[in-house]
Amino acid sequence: MSAYPGQQGLRTPLKVARGNGSSKTGVHHWWLQRVTAVALIPLSIWFLFLVGGLLHAGYPMVLAAIAQPVHAIFLIVLSACLFWHGALGLQVIIEDYVHTRWLELTLEVALRFGATLGALACVMAVLSVWLTGTSYY
Amino acid sequence: MPNTRPLSPHLGIYRWRINMLQSTLHRLTGLFLCLGALLVAWGLIAAATSSAAWDTFAGFCGSLGGEILLFLWTWALLFHLCNGIQHLVRDMGKGFGPPRRDRRFTPSYWPAGWFVLGLSVVLTVLVWGLLIARMTGGAA
Repeated sequence: MSAYPGQQGLRTPLKVARGNGSSKTGVHHWWLQRVTAVALIPLSIWFLFLVGGLLHAGYPMVLAAIAQPVHAIFLIVLSACLFWHGALGLQVIIEDYVHTRWLELTLEVALRFGATLGALACVMAVLSVWLTGTSYY
Repeated sequence: MPNTRPLSPHLGIYRWRINMLQSTLHRLTGLFLCLGALLVAWGLIAAATSSAAWDTFAGFCGSLGGEILLFLWTWALLFHLCNGIQHLVRDMGKGFGPPRRDRRFTPSYWPAGWFVLGLSVVLTVLVWGLLIARMTGGAA
């Protein structure tokens, strides 16, 4: 006994059209969190080796390391994934523990501004070292 | 105005198991690693700014407090990494073992949880052991 073809369970067509109820959105957040996580697996292992290799290195060596194209590209991708993944995680923490609506909304907006700023700053820093070469010293 | 709706049962009523510890540690290490992201940003911006700015950054990392934080960040990263991989495996529905609810049996995800926690500690010791060996040994 279904009200429309293809009906599953007790959902009305309006409910199906409007979608996801109190969760507001679908699996977008969940999925992006997994995608950035998968990207961060090799990137973070690579980053550990990069930092380990640069331990007690002087400023010129650090600049030279960042300015290597492969390192620069990986650092840019790492920065983007790191801040993106971190923002998605912090968003859930805010949603879970901040129960005052205006404060929750303020924190979430501030989080997005902060994460975007942080990621952009990292990317610009890497680009400036990469593109100006090692002319700083 | 705070939301006064009742929350889910308090944590205190549950008996602690490794998977609860994993879940809590995953969130805490994630939070801590967000601060680590800021350190990465500081390092990259310092490198792009000047030699003096880099020295300030390197000075912080080389201080006692900085080294303790770096050690904790290493463990946090490795735990979040190992546990995250386990999350991805479990997201595929794997690794739960037979659906036992019988208290005489240990579900397979308990030893797996202890393995992840232990692995993160072993890897942290390994990473820092290699770093210290590299610093004191000179070569390599």
